[in-house]
Amino acid sequence: MSTKSRSLPLNKRGMNFETLMWLFTRLSALAMYVLLLAGVIGALIMGARTQMNLADVLRWAFTSNVTHVQSTNVPDLEPWATPFWKVVASLFVFTATAHGLHGLLSVLDDYFAQPKVRVAFRVIITILLPVLTAIGIYVIWTS
Amino acid sequence: MARERNIGVIQGLRYQGGGPQTAWLLHRISGLGIVIFVTTHILASFLGGDIGQFLNDVYMSWWIQIFVVFCALFHGFNGLRITILDLWPKLIEYQREAIWVEWFVFLPVFGLAVIVIINTALGG
Repeated sequence: MSTKSRSLPLNKRGMNFETLMWLFTRLSALAMYVLLLAGVIGALIMGARTQMNLADVLRWAFTSNVTHVQSTNVPDLEPWATPFWKVVASLFVFTATAHGLHGLLSVLDDYFAQPKVRVAFRVIITILLPVLTAIGIYVIWTS
Repeated sequence: MARERNIGVIQGLRYQGGGPQTAWLLHRISGLGIVIFVTTHILASFLGGDIGQFLNDVYMSWWIQIFVVFCALFHGFNGLRITILDLWPKLIEYQREAIWVEWFVFLPVFGLAVIVIINTALGG
């Protein structure tokens, strides 16, 4: 019994929404690496060379916003209270929620095959995405 | 559209997928862990008050911290492996080797993190 490969050459593959989201998952992963490295490198440039412990590194890496890192040992937090770092943190929150909620949807798709249930999950997650992102960005800019 | 799959849980667990299957399963579990952590973490800082304090206290416990660090590190390293292999499909041939490399990178980093967390929990 021979099984024939079902993979199509790149130029014959269709592009639909799911394919774009598949690509988005990979690219947003790379984007999050860039954003969290930006946070840690920024902390090192601004004087965190000797004071960082593990919890501090995690706080700078994941959403490098001044209210998120105020409990760390970096002496001068003034350079972090700028719109630039709030934008970086907001971008991180947006990529993380979009990446995570789409991932949640792919996991749910694996266990729920009924079309109606799948549509229901898509509706719930489409609502959840802007709501959660807005709440996260609201916290970053107001607290 | 929806496909019927007649595979039970027991049968699924008996499938011997080896390293790639373990990575897939842990990626799934750690992904769900991160979704739950990030969602409640955002809500905790948004709501504040007693609920926010309660959630923050839960995250202070050392075993939750170990779980969250495991989720973040494994999902990060495994996700980087998936991204590299998917964006350069010729490398998929070396998937098993890539997973070995991934464990060699992940285990020391995670082990160090666990030592730091337990040391801090013991007041070190």
